[in-house]
Amino acid sequence: MELESPVSTQSTRIEITQCAKTYPDGTRGLLPVDLNIEAGEVVALLGPSGCGKTTLLRLLAGLETADPGSRILFGDQDVTALPAEKRGIGMVFQSYALFPQMTVEANIVYGLKIRGASADECRRTAGTLIDLVRLNGLEKKRPTELSGGQRQRVALARAVAVKPRVLLLDEPMAALDAKLKESLREELAELLRRLGITAVHVTHDQQEAMAIADRLALMEAGQIMQVGTAESLYRNPAHPFVARFLGRVNTLARSSEDMAAGVIRLGNGALACPGHLRDRNEVMLRPEDIHLVAPNGGATARIARRTFLGDRVQLQLELEGQPPLMVEAHGLLAYAPGDIVGLEIDTERLLPARNDATAA
Amino acid sequence: MRTSSTSRSPLLFLTTVAICIFMVAPVLVSVMAGLVNSYNRGISSGLTLRWVEQVWEVYGSTVGASIGLALACVICTLLLGVPCAYALARSRSRLARAFEELLLLPVAIPSLATALALILVYGNMTSLRQSFVFILIGHVVFTLPFMVRTVSAAFQRPDLLAMEEAARTLGAGFVQRFLGVLVPAVLPAIVAGMLMVFTLSIGEFNLTWMLHIPLTRTLPVGLADSYASMRIEVGSAYTLVFLLVILPVLWILQALTTLIQKRYGT
Repeated sequence: MELESPVSTQSTRIEITQCAKTYPDGTRGLLPVDLNIEAGEVVALLGPSGCGKTTLLRLLAGLETADPGSRILFGDQDVTALPAEKRGIGMVFQSYALFPQMTVEANIVYGLKIRGASADECRRTAGTLIDLVRLNGLEKKRPTELSGGQRQRVALARAVAVKPRVLLLDEPMAALDAKLKESLREELAELLRRLGITAVHVTHDQQEAMAIADRLALMEAGQIMQVGTAESLYRNPAHPFVARFLGRVNTLARSSEDMAAGVIRLGNGALACPGHLRDRNEVMLRPEDIHLVAPNGGATARIARRTFLGDRVQLQLELEGQPPLMVEAHGLLAYAPGDIVGLEIDTERLLPARNDATAA
Repeated sequence: MRTSSTSRSPLLFLTTVAICIFMVAPVLVSVMAGLVNSYNRGISSGLTLRWVEQVWEVYGSTVGASIGLALACVICTLLLGVPCAYALARSRSRLARAFEELLLLPVAIPSLATALALILVYGNMTSLRQSFVFILIGHVVFTLPFMVRTVSAAFQRPDLLAMEEAARTLGAGFVQRFLGVLVPAVLPAIVAGMLMVFTLSIGEFNLTWMLHIPLTRTLPVGLADSYASMRIEVGSAYTLVFLLVILPVLWILQALTTLIQKRYGT
C-alpha cells in the first residue's frame, strides 16, 4: 500500500528577487540574487563555506531579515517581511536542534500542537511519519538515546509534520559519517520525491547536491554563479569557478603565439583550437576527456605517478613545457610510471577558463 | 589492609587526616557543647536535651521563617531572573553588558552597605519595614545575580539558539517557545540556580541582621542573638538545630537537582 503523503497539496513556488543581506557590521553576506524554484522542485544551494548559501536559506526561513529592496514570494504571497513562525515552512538544521526534553513523538508533533491540532490528529500524523522515516519502536526515546542517522530522520519528520509550503534543509548530512551519508542521501532524495515538496537544500558536498537536487544553484562570494541541472553545470559551466568546483579540471595555458596560430599546445603536440575558444588564454579539460592511446605521432606524455583508486587509476602525466595533467583510466589497464602514452582529446569537450587575453 | 594511597605516601595521608580533624573538630565540639549540662565541666556533667528544647521554645519560629523566606526568595529570583537571563543572553548591546556588571554589585559591595541603603530609602514605610518582605527584598537583591549568571550561560549555548530557531520555524510564538522549549531545555541550570539561591538565602546574615526587627528573625539572626545573650550551651544547641534543620533540606534539594539534571541534561 502506498503511504498517504502527509504533505500533499501545500507545495508552493518560490520566487526570489534581488534578495540581499548586509550584516550590522557591514559584512555583505549575500549580494542581490534572483532565483525561481518551481512547486515540488528540489534545489540545492551549493558552494564553499562563506559563499552565502546558508544566508540565503535563512532569508527564505525568515530567520534573518533581508536588505530593503529584496523580495521573496511563496506562491503569490510576499513573505519578505514575515517572521519565521508565520511562514509555514519546515526546516532541518545542521545540528538537528531536536528538543532534548521531549520524546521522539513529542518532537515530531511539536509544530502541530502549536497549531492547536487535536491529540487524535497528532497521534495519527506521528504514526504516519514514524512509519515513513522508519523510526518504529523509538517513539518514546529521547533524542540523546538516538544515533546520528535516527536524529536526522526525527528532524525531517518534525519539519514535514506541519505540512509546510517549503522545506529547508541546512547541511542535513554534515553531522554524519561518510558511509552513513551515502546511504542516507539516497533515502532523503527518495523521500523528497515521494512527498513532492518544494525543497531548498544547502550543502558544500557536490555528490550530495547531485544525488538529492533536481537543480543546483552554485554560489560563490555571495552570488549565484549558475543555476541548472548537475549535468548542464558540469558540461557547460558558465564560469571557470563552476567548472573547477564541480568535478576536477586540468588547465592548459596558451601563449600569444599559440593564440595567433589558433592552436592549443599539448606537450610536444598541438590541437586545433575550436572557434569559440580562440580568444581564451587558458582552457580547461576534464580528466575523463583525455583518452590514453598508443603513441601515434600526436602528443605524447610520460606517466609520472599512478594512484590506485579501486575501480579506476589516477595518473599524473608529464608533458614537455607544461604543468602535469591529471587523467583517470580504468583500474584494470596496466599503466606504470615511466610509460610513454599518446593523448587523444575531443576538442569539443574543452572548457573556457579565462574570459580573454586582456582579462588575464 | 592498607590503601594504595597510604602505602604510596603516608605523609600525605596523615596531613589529610590532620586537616580534616582540624576542620571538623569545631563543629563536633560545638554540637557536643549543646548536649552537655555544663560546657566547663564537659561530658562528665552529663548529657541533656534541655538546651535544645530551650532553643526550640525561644527560636523555633525562626526555622519556619528562614525556610519560608528562602523559598519565597527562590520564587522571586525565578520570576525575575530567568526572563532577565534570557534577555541578557540574546542582547548584543553594550548596555546589556553594563547591566550584567551592575547586577553583580550587591555581591561585591558589603551587604551592610546594601542594607543601609535599603533602610535609608524604604525604612519609613512602616508596614514594609516591619514585615518579612523587607528582608526578602534584600535577599533577592543579593541572590539574583547567582540565578541570572547561571541561567544566562545556559541560554547562550549554540544548541539553545538552534532550538529556538527550530521552534520558530515550527510556528511557535515567543511565549510558546520560551515556556515550551527554552525553559525546559535550561531546566538543569535553573535548578542549579535555585539550589544556590536557597542555600545563600538560608545562611545570609549580614543583610538580614541589618534589616530585621525583633518580629522578623531568621535562623542566622537568632543564632547571633543566642550567642550574644544566652549561655554558651544554648548557642551551641542552636548550631545543632541549624544543622538538623538545614542539612536534610539541602540533601533533598541536591538529590532533586541531580535527578532533574540526569533526566534533562543534554
